[in-house]
Amino acid sequence: MGVRRRTGVFYLRVNPILCDGFGHCHELAPELVTMDEWGYPIIKREPTPLSDLAALESARYAVRGCPRQALRIERVSEN
Amino acid sequence: MMLAQELPRLLYGKPGTPLTFGQYQSTFATSYKAASLLDELEASGLTGRGGAAFPTARKARLLREQRSHNKVVVVNAMEGEPVSYKDSTLLSTNPHLVLDGAAILASIIGAKDVIVCVSRDNPNAVGNVQRALDERARAGARGPQFKLETAPWRYVAGEESALVHWLNDNESLPQYRPQRPSILKIRHHAVLLDNVETCANVALIGRFGAAWFRTLGTKVSPGSVLVTVTGAVERPKVLEVVPSMTLRTILNFADADPDPQALLLGGYGGSWLDAAHLDTPYDNESLAQWGATVGAGIIVVLGRDGCGVVETQRVVKWMANESARQCGPCAFGLPALSDDLAKVGEGSPNSAQALQQLEHRCGVIDGRGACRHPDGVVRFVRSALRVFAGDFQSHARGAPCGASHSGKYFVAVPRLEKERELVWE
Ligand SMILES: Cc1cc2nc3c(=O)[nH]c(=O)nc-3n(C[C@H](O)[C@H](O)[C@H](O)COP(=O)(O)O)c2cc1C
Ligand code: SF4
Ligand code: SF4
Repeated sequence: MGVRRRTGVFYLRVNPILCDGFGHCHELAPELVTMDEWGYPIIKREPTPLSDLAALESARYAVRGCPRQALRIERVSEN
Repeated sequence: MMLAQELPRLLYGKPGTPLTFGQYQSTFATSYKAASLLDELEASGLTGRGGAAFPTARKARLLREQRSHNKVVVVNAMEGEPVSYKDSTLLSTNPHLVLDGAAILASIIGAKDVIVCVSRDNPNAVGNVQRALDERARAGARGPQFKLETAPWRYVAGEESALVHWLNDNESLPQYRPQRPSILKIRHHAVLLDNVETCANVALIGRFGAAWFRTLGTKVSPGSVLVTVTGAVERPKVLEVVPSMTLRTILNFADADPDPQALLLGGYGGSWLDAAHLDTPYDNESLAQWGATVGAGIIVVLGRDGCGVVETQRVVKWMANESARQCGPCAFGLPALSDDLAKVGEGSPNSAQALQQLEHRCGVIDGRGACRHPDGVVRFVRSALRVFAGDFQSHARGAPCGASHSGKYFVAVPRLEKERELVWE
């Protein structure tokens, strides 16, 4: 795999059709996900720097922990 | 014969008496031979008439670059906006213009098949397309293989991914497409999807050239556009207008109330515009300063004796019911907006709180559905909060306007008879 560059940003993305609003992602990545009043995730819209390793780790937890596999990390490298 | 450089272009002929294939061939005889149809389309500056005004050539180029076998052109004649009937008027006047444009698009991207999707709840349009296709076949017209498909009418059924999903799986459900622009596929074959009116314009450009096309309209919005005018009008009308005309001129043509309170522009996912701006030209560049767009070519005229708060609530309630209910923020959020609006409209002690909640919820819902249906509703509600700010305040203070009790409505909303129909679930 090699070493991932730590420049650039990422977004956590949800497929709203798959998401069933179980809310695990909010528990696993509270810094990236809040809940709306119906229990569906409101994901931080702003980009997070890839250098924020704690946030990236949480995002990975959320992706793995989502029972509907509705989450994805989108990396955007800075060129 | 070469068409004159003025109106009507698209609606040349008589609505209700479609030009036959023979008449079409002689009326719209090609007078210009383009070296490359795609370059010609690009030079024309044509933008999509289905609502988003996306450059048609850019979409066609993207599809042409796809290395896909058996590409398909889909003509979107679903006309999901309840008060709109510009697409069906075009089909009842000049169906061959639409088919011809689709054939040109097919030749540009290298497709052998064209599917014309008409709402099955619109039997006239279905009949007009069928008749035109039969005429084409009988005349032995060259070009792609045409097919007519009739999908059930729903608001979101005309959304492009829902329409393609319906063609694939008989379900009018929008799809989640994180990458944009995304390529729609029918059984692995790349799809170019365009609105009926867009296709008709492509035919004009193919036959008369980009320079001719640009003799009407503005630099950014060239050509002519169809618009359905309803509400405070003598009777609803479909007009072909030029984007540089002001709204006032268009209202005048439509025999509309000359002194309205506001206009609803673009459709139920569009926006309200204060009547103070009636001298704005009817093009996206000019309308942008008031947060409005041409959208799907709809103008609903709200008379002075109507209530913007109540009208907005009626539309949002209907739009909430039209959610495909696949995404939480849309399925729960839109009914919540509708309830908030109803509470504000009542002018009860809860109204002030409901108004605050309404503003907050717009921000929560925006951009969180798989398709843009909820975004359209949020946009519509926000425009109402802007244009009818004073009315919202007085409703919230418990002093609703007299008009809200008059029971007089300007914006036609279909009955909720299809409520929770099990199409989706
Ligand atoms: C909720 C929703 C409903 C739509 N309904 C229609 C429709 O009924 N007819 C239509 O032509 N486009 C409709 N559209 C727009 C289409 O998705 C698509 O953008 C358009 O047909 C593309 O054609 P154009 O580039 O020629 O405009 C709708 C979009 C949304 C988000
Ligand atoms: S964990 Fe997955 S299914 Fe649950 S709310 Fe989050 S995204 Fe939705
Ligand atoms: S946003 Fe609404 S209409 Fe669009 S797919 Fe999701 S639930 Fe359906």
